[in-house]
Amino acid sequence: MTFWALFSRNKGAVVGLGILAVITVMAATAGLFFPQDPFSLAGKPMSGPGENGFLLGSDSLGRDVAAGIAHGAKTSLLIGLLATLVAVLVGVVMGALAGYYGGWIDNLLMRVTEMFQTIPSFVFAILLVAIMKPSIESIVIAIAIVSWPAVARLVRGEFLSLRNREFVQACHTLGMSDLRIMLVEILPNCLSPVIVIGSLMVATAILIESGLAFLGLGDPNIMSWGFQVGAGRTLLRSAWWVCTFPGIAILLTVLAINLVGEGINDALNPRLRERT
Amino acid sequence: MSIAARRARYVVKRLLQAIPIVLAIVILNFFLLQLAEGDAVDVLAGEAGSATPEYMAELRAKFGLDQPLPVQLAVYLKNVVMFDLGYSFRHEMPVSELIFDRVLATLLLMVSTILFAVGFGIVLGLIAAMGLNTWRDTAISILSLITYATPLFWVGLMLIVVFSLNLGWFPTSGMENFAMFYEGWDRVFDIAHHLVLPTITLSLFYLALYTRLMRASMLEQAGQDYVTTARAKGVTERRIMFVHVLRNALLPVVTMAGVQVGALIGGSVIVESVFAWPGLGMLAFEALFARDLNLLLGIFLLSALLVVAVNLVVDIVYSSLDPRIEVG
Repeated sequence: MTFWALFSRNKGAVVGLGILAVITVMAATAGLFFPQDPFSLAGKPMSGPGENGFLLGSDSLGRDVAAGIAHGAKTSLLIGLLATLVAVLVGVVMGALAGYYGGWIDNLLMRVTEMFQTIPSFVFAILLVAIMKPSIESIVIAIAIVSWPAVARLVRGEFLSLRNREFVQACHTLGMSDLRIMLVEILPNCLSPVIVIGSLMVATAILIESGLAFLGLGDPNIMSWGFQVGAGRTLLRSAWWVCTFPGIAILLTVLAINLVGEGINDALNPRLRERT
Repeated sequence: MSIAARRARYVVKRLLQAIPIVLAIVILNFFLLQLAEGDAVDVLAGEAGSATPEYMAELRAKFGLDQPLPVQLAVYLKNVVMFDLGYSFRHEMPVSELIFDRVLATLLLMVSTILFAVGFGIVLGLIAAMGLNTWRDTAISILSLITYATPLFWVGLMLIVVFSLNLGWFPTSGMENFAMFYEGWDRVFDIAHHLVLPTITLSLFYLALYTRLMRASMLEQAGQDYVTTARAKGVTERRIMFVHVLRNALLPVVTMAGVQVGALIGGSVIVESVFAWPGLGMLAFEALFARDLNLLLGIFLLSALLVVAVNLVVDIVYSSLDPRIEVG
């Protein structure tokens, strides 16, 4: 069966893909529908949803909540993808080296991984962003630093089980370099679990980013959903919509990515699916 | 070797394994402190408004900040061993004192969360596994998918909107009502009343986790040979489920409860700042606002050590719960 046929057997995954497509389109067209800076005053402050031309209301400074959500989608997706990319890169390098060479390299790298897994990740991320000063780069770096250990462990396990297979031994006999064996021969064979863990990691990264922004550790120059909720929490009594809608946006995005991740898992590891 | 001696050796071995990790965390903490822009003297000078370079150099010498890095590291290690985590210039108090003032509130929140999440997670997972592929199973699965994807701070705010502002059932923030001067049991009830919403909020994510884990674990155990044996002996299905399968299925849930302590601390920073719960998380939030890095690093160090300690305890308890686990 093709990838799509296997993927679409999971109905939830198809729904998730649909939601994700809508959010991506929203992020891509944010500048088109809401050309103004989302931080700017757009009309009467504290308007409810549907009032004064605000689809989802406005906050105490007259900022348009809907515009914030559209522009925030860009931020969330961008940071989620970038942080995951960096984390997967670091994790693959660490895991591949540890699994392929074994011995003291494995011991050392796994101890480091273990330490990073012991540290409470969200508190660590807060600390890193606070020290580096909040900006897109520092947020991406912080999320990547707390996320790579899971990838490293996974890749190490795969490399451990693959490094003594016949095809790898054949490569050794052919005189291939270690680097080439790792990159061209072993890595493609363990790509599917990495893709699955990576897709789920995007969702976690978005949750971490929104938490950081909620605590006031977002990039001060870009709109994000966590920032909107954080800024709206003092208005909870008088303007519930300021907090509510950005939160729903986070929930839907994370949910959609998780569903898609599970669908990819089903499609790439079909035997696993049939077993349960 | 007797079993008791083997067990003792295992405990010692796990303790020794924890030492390098603790050491690495402390050293990491030290270097993060170095990475931060500006030191305590800069903060003090900024606070004072004006300070001559000579005065700042004098202060640096007083705090030992002019020493070479390895010497500073050694001093830092010595201080940490003696629970001296530096001084918070914002609160004008030693960091360790501030932390110990707040740690109880956080522990209370964490313990009630773990109990709630593990308890309900087990029940929901059990219901889902017993009614496999019925509407109950589907409903629980969808619920856990949604709670897994919900940001904690948003859940907390929504619960406040519904249950505090609209229904008026629970207080919006704080840990107790100081104005009422409650004592004895009244005070306990007051704190419990304040505890409800933060606990539910912090539990939701883990509830989803434990429900999924419990369901998977039950299904896995139900396919084991000993279940077939029990069935062949004529044991009733109820007894198989509740006595044979349930006991074995609980083990991974217990381990997971230990593994998740790190994440729980991260979650409590968010939940405590939403509900103004006066624990370590709230302290971290205040430290963030005040740019009080000393304090933030102290909280970070303590929470990392807490995770190491909890994992150690869980490992040891677990190995005595399940005699099949290798302790050699």
